[in-house]
Amino acid sequence: MLEVQNLNVQVGDREVLHDINLEIPDGETHVLMGPNGTGKSTLLSTIMGFGNYTVTKGTILFRGKDITGLSVHERAELGIGLMFQRPPTISGLKLGTLLKATSKKTPEEVRKYAEKVNMGQFLERDVNKGFSGGEIKRSEVLQLMVQNPDFIMLDEPESGVDMENISVMGAAIGGLLEKDQNIVRRKKSGLIITHTGFILDFIDADKGHMMCDGTIKCHGNAREILKEIKERGYRECMQCH
Amino acid sequence: MPLGNNLASELSEDDTERISQSGIDLSRVSSCATYVQKDEDVLHSGCVDNGIEVLPVQKALEMYDWLREYCWNVVPKDKDDITKYVAAQKNPAGYVIIAKKGSKNIFPIQACVYLGRNQIQHVHNIIIAEEGAELHIISGCASAHHVGKGGAHYGVSEFYVKKDAKVSFTMIHTWGEEIDVFPRSASIIEENGVFLSNYVCMKPVHKVQMYPTAYLKGKNSVARFSSVVIATPESTMDLGSRAVLEAEGASAELITRAITLGGTIISRGHVLGKVSGTRGHLECKGLILKDGIIYAIPEIEGSVVGTELSHEAAVGKIAKEEIEYLMARGLSEEVATATIIRGFLDVKIAGLPEALQSQIDSAIDSAEKAGF
Ligand SMILES: Nc1ncnc2c1ncn2[C@@H]1O[C@H](COP(=O)(O)OP(=O)(O)OP(=O)(O)O)[C@@H](O)[C@H]1O
Ligand SMILES: [Mg+2]
Repeated sequence: MLEVQNLNVQVGDREVLHDINLEIPDGETHVLMGPNGTGKSTLLSTIMGFGNYTVTKGTILFRGKDITGLSVHERAELGIGLMFQRPPTISGLKLGTLLKATSKKTPEEVRKYAEKVNMGQFLERDVNKGFSGGEIKRSEVLQLMVQNPDFIMLDEPESGVDMENISVMGAAIGGLLEKDQNIVRRKKSGLIITHTGFILDFIDADKGHMMCDGTIKCHGNAREILKEIKERGYRECMQCH
Repeated sequence: MPLGNNLASELSEDDTERISQSGIDLSRVSSCATYVQKDEDVLHSGCVDNGIEVLPVQKALEMYDWLREYCWNVVPKDKDDITKYVAAQKNPAGYVIIAKKGSKNIFPIQACVYLGRNQIQHVHNIIIAEEGAELHIISGCASAHHVGKGGAHYGVSEFYVKKDAKVSFTMIHTWGEEIDVFPRSASIIEENGVFLSNYVCMKPVHKVQMYPTAYLKGKNSVARFSSVVIATPESTMDLGSRAVLEAEGASAELITRAITLGGTIISRGHVLGKVSGTRGHLECKGLILKDGIIYAIPEIEGSVVGTELSHEAAVGKIAKEEIEYLMARGLSEEVATATIIRGFLDVKIAGLPEALQSQIDSAIDSAEKAGF
């Protein structure tokens, strides 16, 4: 579904990502790990097409099509979706109004989704305004449920979410990724950034990638990589390959 | 619904359309709750209904001697050239609206002032809400398409909000590129009285200048000014509002949302805390969408211990991050931008009846859809 080839990305006048290679087939969910400030969010932002992230080398292919030069909106229309790590607040825009604008679903369905992620009370509130950390995550996941993308990027979906809501989030994300479907029929793919790996208790990941200093140092089994990090910290990842 | 005889002969379809952009529904004209003035002619004036009286000012002054006390009282005759001009008129035009003691009307009275020729239109309005009354007014000011240079509106409005009364006054302007508009208004708010003044102008105008003042003379009185304005190229809007907090517990809030598409907006505001136990807040947010000027001059002035005053002003452009956020959800850049602007302009005014709020919302919506 997604293929990143030899990608270099510059933010401002600094190169943050170097020679990134990544392939996520249809129906697979991958996990992206790595220390703070290493470039994980930058990679997702680049795939989404945000203006501050300049691709200086390489290509991003989505379903075989080169999307490196497409606008954010065009990528969203093709079926790419992103859960933001730190989304902006939009004053005066109600969450419910935003959902209505981005959804092809009926207001009743939207309301049902909102209830599912305990966000029913938030539809009349301004988008992200005064939302707590966990509420932001639930609002993000709700927006994705309504948008229903085929390739879903989640930036630390579990961080700041309490124990009770984490299973709510897990179920919602499982739904987004069609985890209830057999792998043969499953179409949706995902790329999830996680530090804790808690999300792996709800969503089986097919593969893990380890990023250090703006490059992916190793690909492998998600749980194994996580175990390595837990035991040895990030130092080891420099060598793994 | 067809217009009344008088209106149909005096107002074209285009006029009616312009007036409706100012939030006035002329098909409701048969009701008592509508006043229509074209230039200086009263085309329609209401009657007494549900404790509300709507009268042309000249007739009202003949009928009620006591009204003289309210005439040129809170707005002084010799304040400036505008008030002097209006005061010098032998035949004053404008309306008087009186909400009788204890009357409650949440359905807004419509007051329409229409300018149909290249001359100065003068208006003098007096609005009185007697003790415990609730009164809502939507004041639509508009001009015919053909009105150009020389067309001007000089409007004096005096508001008296008595004890426990509540008045909301929502003024929506639909003028033309060469018209000058000089409203002069002031209000006195007595104990527990509430005065809500809303202003919407999203259409071109040559120049608007106004600085309405609220004198909060009664204990626990409240004044809230909200303005939502867009300055198109060549428009100059010099707007401000002032609240004078003169009694314990009085509070005022002055809120402005300003967008320039190339024109100039001067957003003034002044809250004066004269006694202890008063509160005031001033807020101006401006968006510069095309090179123009937004000049915010908030003033807060306290002269005693125990008055709490604050202000907040921000002028900038739409954050790219916000646009991209909505684009990532599948909206095009244009739709994302429009959605954010609509949110920016969304000032919910506490205390307005739902019907009136939705009338304001739809006026803003339609102006926005028309590309302002
Ligand atoms: N818009 C930007 N402007 C300036 N620097 C940026 C910008 N975006 C990212 N960076 C820098 O690029 C580097 C990578 O940031 P990124 O957010 O991708 O890290 P991350 O791996 O997601 O970290 P974390 O685990 O803390 O979320 C950081 O040093 C960051 O400061
Ligand atoms: Mg990050």
